Amino acid sequence: MRTATGVQASYRISRSLEAIGAWVLGILWVMPLLYAFWTAFHPPAYSTHFTLSAPLTLQNFAKAWQAAPFARYFVNTVILVTMVLAAQLVLVTLAAYAFACFRFPGRDVAFALVLVQLMIMPDVLIVENYRTMTALGIKDTILSIGLPYMASAFGIFLLRQTFKTVPRELDEAARVEGCSPLQTLWKVYVPLARPTYIAYALVSISYHWNNFLWPLIITNSVESRPVTVGLQVFSATDQGIDWSIISAATLMTTGPLLLAFLLFQRQFVQSFMRAGIR
Amino acid sequence: MTRTREWLYAWLLLLPAATLLALFTHYPAVANLWHSFYSTPRGSRPVTFIGLDNYRALIDDPIFWQALSNNLWYAIGTIPLSIALALLMAVWVNGHLPGRGFLRLAYFTPTVLPMIAVANIWLFFYTPGYGLLEQVTGLFGLPSHNWLGSRSTALPALMVVTVWKEAGFFMIFYLAALQSMSPHLADVAAIEGASRSYFFRRVTLPLLMPTTLFVLINAVINAFRVVDHIVVMTRGGPDNATALLLYYIFEIGFRFWDSSYAAALTMVLLTLLGAAAILQFAFLERRTHYQ
Amino acid sequence: MKRFMQMGSWLAAAVVAIVAGSALAQAPVEVPFFYPVAVGGPITKIIDRFAADFEKENPGIKLHPIYSGSYQESIAKALTAVKSGDPPVTSILLSTDMFTLIDEDAIVPFDDLIKTADDKAWLASFYPAFMENSQTGGKTWGIPFQRSTIVLYYDKDAFKEVGLDPNHPPATWKEMTEYAQKLTKRDTSGNVTRWGVQIPSSGFPYWLFQGLTIENGVNLMNQAGTAVYYDKPEVIGALQYWLDLVNKYKVHPPGIVEWGTTPKDFFERKVAMMWTTTGNLTNVRSNAKFDFGVAMLPASKQRGSPTGGGNFYIFRKSTPAQREAAFKFIKWVTAPERAAQWGIDTGYVAVRADAWDTPVMKQYVAGFPAAAVARDQLPFAKAELSTHDNQRVTKALNDGLQAALTGTKTPEQAMKDAQREADRLLRSYK
Repeated sequence: MRTATGVQASYRISRSLEAIGAWVLGILWVMPLLYAFWTAFHPPAYSTHFTLSAPLTLQNFAKAWQAAPFARYFVNTVILVTMVLAAQLVLVTLAAYAFACFRFPGRDVAFALVLVQLMIMPDVLIVENYRTMTALGIKDTILSIGLPYMASAFGIFLLRQTFKTVPRELDEAARVEGCSPLQTLWKVYVPLARPTYIAYALVSISYHWNNFLWPLIITNSVESRPVTVGLQVFSATDQGIDWSIISAATLMTTGPLLLAFLLFQRQFVQSFMRAGIR
Repeated sequence: MTRTREWLYAWLLLLPAATLLALFTHYPAVANLWHSFYSTPRGSRPVTFIGLDNYRALIDDPIFWQALSNNLWYAIGTIPLSIALALLMAVWVNGHLPGRGFLRLAYFTPTVLPMIAVANIWLFFYTPGYGLLEQVTGLFGLPSHNWLGSRSTALPALMVVTVWKEAGFFMIFYLAALQSMSPHLADVAAIEGASRSYFFRRVTLPLLMPTTLFVLINAVINAFRVVDHIVVMTRGGPDNATALLLYYIFEIGFRFWDSSYAAALTMVLLTLLGAAAILQFAFLERRTHYQ
Repeated sequence: MKRFMQMGSWLAAAVVAIVAGSALAQAPVEVPFFYPVAVGGPITKIIDRFAADFEKENPGIKLHPIYSGSYQESIAKALTAVKSGDPPVTSILLSTDMFTLIDEDAIVPFDDLIKTADDKAWLASFYPAFMENSQTGGKTWGIPFQRSTIVLYYDKDAFKEVGLDPNHPPATWKEMTEYAQKLTKRDTSGNVTRWGVQIPSSGFPYWLFQGLTIENGVNLMNQAGTAVYYDKPEVIGALQYWLDLVNKYKVHPPGIVEWGTTPKDFFERKVAMMWTTTGNLTNVRSNAKFDFGVAMLPASKQRGSPTGGGNFYIFRKSTPAQREAAFKFIKWVTAPERAAQWGIDTGYVAVRADAWDTPVMKQYVAGFPAAAVARDQLPFAKAELSTHDNQRVTKALNDGLQAALTGTKTPEQAMKDAQREADRLLRSYK
């Protein structure tokens, strides 16, 4: 017979088990990052021995900094991510507005074609896009890394959904006041879609900060390579892996992103929620 | 606004995005098909039409079949697991567990780190002799194992890395969905005496279907798109046991410089992705429950 | 006034003409070149210093050293530059890339540039072992610059521990097996805590494997790069020996041994003897906290090792002036003192005999005898595996080796399959 206290007890036990499970998983999940911190701040001899009395050092960061022109790579990455995001925001807004608020022949076909990019991302079209970039003459530039991604199907999809939820009355009110379509877009739709923009921006920044294969292929020089390609230098030496330096380099290059997430995680989740991505 | 003006306006708004999409998605897909029927240009030898030769070579290529089979196993191994884990994490973080903030952070950090960086760290975890896994299994007296160096465990080892990287990202979507679910539903269910698991199965899950569809699309794409860890950890080895389709395409196209064979291989990848897209939209669209 | 203005403008024009003319006449020859970095250390700084010093001695030449990543990335960068019509004038690329570059019509042989008796003497001063990967069809296509061989590093303290003479490293396969058996340590439950020997097999096992086959009497390809010998009995025998170390004598770790973590395995004393590049010398010196030794690879029928590393190439799409300038730089940077200093700073083997006779090198070797082991091995060294369609032909062998080492195929089957694949690839080049 299930008494009230019996139910309560089993409830508490299952809750505690869940808590333990969640915590174990959480610790497993941060292990790589913890390891990175450990090795980055300790000399190479201690990269595989976890003795608490090991001395701390900043040498690894110095060596990592000198191993490759990270300052330049960092600047390149920031430029890339900003450029891509800016272009995406503009292009995606215009396109989503067209899909959400206008009627025109071929709209559904066009939207289906847009959705194609959801599945067939530029990443799998490396061979052809490489050829295109060469033909356009912009190979080995930051622009060439970002260009294929600027028209983002994901963004158009999200934003169209959001725009569609804007009440018609607001649109009509703006028209009555004599706004052109573009002004309506700017004054009515864009402000209401703020959470979506934030959520999308976070996804975009994270994606492009971490993108590796396409930048590796399309760039050759220090002036255009992002940080991910720069990190790869540590995997390619004759001398084998030095985890201390790799960890130091990793922390140096992902530090900003990590910090940003630490500070803004609540907003991150909230914006996803309000963006209606479910 | 007149009809014609509306069309014009709409198309003008679409133009920039449409141009880029056409140039970098639609055109390459078609051009890829075209180039797969021609040979690769090499210094002294010009391009010639070779018809279906590439596809015949593809069928005879044991490495291609290995890469295809690897990729399918890889998809089967990572997609359900990462989605299930993401859901579990979201439920946990959404509930009233102690230290939720830390947990949310812990689950999400893998997403913020570039794969190319963490792959090296995972290499340490898997190193035989003194790697982290070795140290742990050593504590329990279990024998040493070369995870990345043996054909049977190399691909599963990479799958673990992928699930670790992806689950946290998907968790955010589930979390947002869970938090926007009306709390009334839970209250009503509690009053009616429904158990937690019943509630979860019959109410929560169906309401999460749109999120699941969305997450599924992402997971499928990533299963074919992400090969960074292969570049660092195994380079496709041992003996192509960890070669995925895109990695093989990368090798053929940018190590061997055989662009026409790479184009043929890409067609296979595109077909797979297209088929997956159609399946997902057709099947799951029917079962989704929009609020 | 008008006359004055006219004269003034004539004068101005004349001045401009003279200045422009002299500028044109003295316009420095631009020599961009790509260089990879594959070893640790401040390589970029050293190269930049070379460039600055050379330009000081040769004011009419402007060098543009361009860092191009790893060897893989450098050949990629060079080939894409060639294909888009914008190649560098010279570049340091793998010696095994020779056939690829010839097939892409990217490079010119050095023979047209080597005219004087001095030049001929300079060419003859490089070690023959390094020239093997630099010449084909009677022409010289590359000049050795940063080259290496495989050497055997061994843990002297471990030797002493098991009663072996630390100053007598294994000289034959039999000795290596016996020593490894003594050096392999197991704990109470039978798990190995220290392996006797390990030969890396990840990424590019063909290089290490060549050590074994050369020692067994055979190299893997012909000079013309049109045929390979993967299925010769001596080659299968070499693979069988490698497998015996794992399966029969149990002194070598099973499965694929990761190249990148092998030095670390050595430092952690998880292995007592390791086969790896001489380029790791400085790395081992700084990180091994025990007494270690360096030895030539052991002999089977003979001693042997493949060479490795990069050569200078000169690209076709360059003016005669640029080629001469590049050639001058190449001669300058491979002069004995510089070759010696480069070897000391990077761990590469100095590429010419007279570099080893320079005072700075003699002093270095006196203080660190291990540095000379690679040089002493050079008489036994042979060319690295290099053929037309190099990457694919090599991959066929790599896959076969990994299949055998993971037990998926027998050595005979693995090598026969690799040979078949290579024959198919090379058919159109014969």
